[in-house]
Amino acid sequence: MQALTPAAAAIELRGIDKSFGVVHAVRGVSLRIEPGTITGIVGENGAGKSTLMSILYGLYRANSGEIWVGGRLVEMASPRDAIAHGIGMVHQHFMLIDTFTVLENLVLGAEGGALLAGGLAVARAELARLARDYGLSVDPDARVADLSVGEQQRVEILKVLFRGARILILDEPSAVLTPQETDRLFDILRTLKDRGVTVILITHKLREIMAATDRVYVMRQGQIVAERRTRDTGSEELAELMVGRKVRLDLDKVPVRQGEILLRTEHLSLIDDRGVRLLDDVGIELRAGEIVGIAGVTGNGQSELLQVLSGIRAPSGGRLTVCGHTIDTGHPGDPAQMRELGLAHVPEDRLRQGMVAAFQASETSILGYQNGPPFTRNYLLDGPAVGAHCAELMERFDVRPRSPGLRSSHFSGGNQQKLVLAREIARRPRVLLVGQPTRGVDIGAIEFIHRELVKARDAGCAVLVVSVELDEILSLADRILVMFAGRIVGEVEPGRADERTLGLMMAGAETA
Amino acid sequence: MKAPGRSLAGPLPGWAEVVLLPLVNIALAFIVVGVIVAIIGVDPFHALRLLVTGALGSWESIGYTLYYATNFTFTGLAVAVAFHAGLFNIGGEGQAYLGGLGCGLAILALDRWLPAWLMIPIAIAAAALFGAAWAAVPAWLQAWRGSHIVITTIMFNFVASALMVYLMVNVLIAPGSMTPQSRGFLPSGQLPAIAGLPLNLSLVLALACCAAVWVFLWHTPWGYALRTMGHNPEAAVYAGTNLRRMTMVAMCFSGALAGFVGVNELMGVHHRIVLDFQAGYGFAGIAVALMGRNHPLGVLLAALLFGALQQGGAELAFEIPSITREMVVVIQGLIILFSGALAHLPRPWLQLLFARRAP
Repeated sequence: MQALTPAAAAIELRGIDKSFGVVHAVRGVSLRIEPGTITGIVGENGAGKSTLMSILYGLYRANSGEIWVGGRLVEMASPRDAIAHGIGMVHQHFMLIDTFTVLENLVLGAEGGALLAGGLAVARAELARLARDYGLSVDPDARVADLSVGEQQRVEILKVLFRGARILILDEPSAVLTPQETDRLFDILRTLKDRGVTVILITHKLREIMAATDRVYVMRQGQIVAERRTRDTGSEELAELMVGRKVRLDLDKVPVRQGEILLRTEHLSLIDDRGVRLLDDVGIELRAGEIVGIAGVTGNGQSELLQVLSGIRAPSGGRLTVCGHTIDTGHPGDPAQMRELGLAHVPEDRLRQGMVAAFQASETSILGYQNGPPFTRNYLLDGPAVGAHCAELMERFDVRPRSPGLRSSHFSGGNQQKLVLAREIARRPRVLLVGQPTRGVDIGAIEFIHRELVKARDAGCAVLVVSVELDEILSLADRILVMFAGRIVGEVEPGRADERTLGLMMAGAETA
Repeated sequence: MKAPGRSLAGPLPGWAEVVLLPLVNIALAFIVVGVIVAIIGVDPFHALRLLVTGALGSWESIGYTLYYATNFTFTGLAVAVAFHAGLFNIGGEGQAYLGGLGCGLAILALDRWLPAWLMIPIAIAAAALFGAAWAAVPAWLQAWRGSHIVITTIMFNFVASALMVYLMVNVLIAPGSMTPQSRGFLPSGQLPAIAGLPLNLSLVLALACCAAVWVFLWHTPWGYALRTMGHNPEAAVYAGTNLRRMTMVAMCFSGALAGFVGVNELMGVHHRIVLDFQAGYGFAGIAVALMGRNHPLGVLLAALLFGALQQGGAELAFEIPSITREMVVVIQGLIILFSGALAHLPRPWLQLLFARRAP
């Protein structure tokens, strides 16, 4: 379906410009998206791609510029307008109601009358048609909560198509999927394309751009810096265009020199209030001088594992030994005690756990270490010492801007992460737990963070990395453990693993 | 990957946030008050002049203003401390009441034997202790049982009120007295005051409390942990703070501050335990804290404003018959409305103003 007449672009943006106060988020962007194609928009965090798509979807209004849809100049005042023009958006976080059925979710906001029954019947017929036309089959009467994540995403896509969208925007759709589910998603997108639907894929994963798109726009600092036909480019070139300089995506590592066991769990389990087994018989050994990676799809117990290991949650059963100190149900630990034992923790969600958005950077730089010297003397916090400490961390970890007095939330994601990492590594911990080391971090900072983790490992620290980015696990870890449904389902050596086998294990298909 | 949800213009400069915005809020409130005053047939500028001279026109009126401001400072600080911990303490009323009881009981028990320099600190400590204890129960209920502190603190206000009436009528009433009040405190149980005025040493205590709150919140590791809990409980857990214990600490500190209202009123003015001496100060403390942006200095300034309104309003009601006591309450209510509930109303305008002025 590449039959293109130059006049009828599915979407054309001309000179879109948007500022938030002093932040110039989108600078005069013009682009053209042909109907019936899959177009990728790739860029680092803060490059402006989400803002651009939010303007297209009517969530924000541009300061200047024009939006043309199907050859007509349109006004996008709200998502309602976008939907009316056949544009639909699938968000990164699903907007579904878990306890409703697929059908009920579908009609939400388009019930069609005071009585639900009529709307539901229409929707059922329409769903059958969509399933037939696009090969998107989902049981209309299944409860959303019972569906897999991949199926939930399919419901999201159906929801958008149900509203009559012919242009589909997907924002980081693979963030919650296994590699296999991602492949399946791309199959669906290709089918949609063959049926004439136009797809816009926003992502920072170059692999997906290469696998799924026909054409790609690269954004940097609010501007389109390049446009390529996908088949004419490669990951290396795109990475360079995104960052604006050469990037090394591989890591140099000296061979692992394992030391003593610093962290060990035996039959560790965690059961929540409703009786759900979140961790099940987890046995891990973590030695000095190695990086162990935990791979798995989000929500398979990795977060809970980090919480238990760092003392935030007490285990329901089993034992945990950290630097020779044992914690079990009779002797619960707490995060302060863990820190004293020499365990540091870079939490998965830095904004929710690792820092206080409203605090100054200097205050964030002592979170968890505020009691006792060098920050507290004679029961009083030593402000100058805290500030100096923060300035030193910023210097060492290249946190920008170097302003200890700035609010933590005013730093970019990458710089926040560097600050949290700096705080935890600076104490020279014996055990370092890291959750999603590079989530929401741009490529330049990823390089840096990976090197720092390897440096800590080379200095004899026992490092445990939990990440949903397989590439990251594969390049960082000396050993890989795969988690599925709260269990460790296998151990792989990175040299002998590939994404395919890991993906199968992550989906619970194979137990090594 | 969400784009930042900022408003159209950038954030305000710090001084505008702390000084200009509250002033604009007050000005807006006064404009509305002016309209209402004009509607009931009084010249608003005349009323304003009376209000200001009533509050600040003479040494006497300034003394009254400061005496009221002392109470507002205590309850404002109480709300602010709890607020920094993410807790909404609206039980200042009851805590103030019980603080007065503690202070009064200590004096009734010991004023015969102790000299003033020993009696006064003990009575102040007793006020703090009783206020803290009255706040500790709702705190405990929240920390361990999950009962919401807004509900429990407000219910404890009623319990405090009933308890005091019972004690005053049945237990503490002075023998032979017809009104429910205790016997008078002996001089050792009275705070030094300025002759003829209710203004007493409690003002110094209030200033000391402002300083203490400031040091505690921003210059001690406990204050740091308390603010962490208020902003982000999950980060506080991550940092190793015991949220239950911190809830207790914050509420007890808050309750103790509210309890000092009893020191000002009973030890400073009434010199006996009376009923309803705390009336309204606990609730007004919420508005004072809101207006003072929960900062001790801001609370002090807001307390001065409220003190001035209280005193000036009384003068106004006295001078102009058509402005009744209730009218003064309306004025106070409007100021609370504009500096509390509508506090952020003028922000976009100011932001636009600053955005336009900036290059």
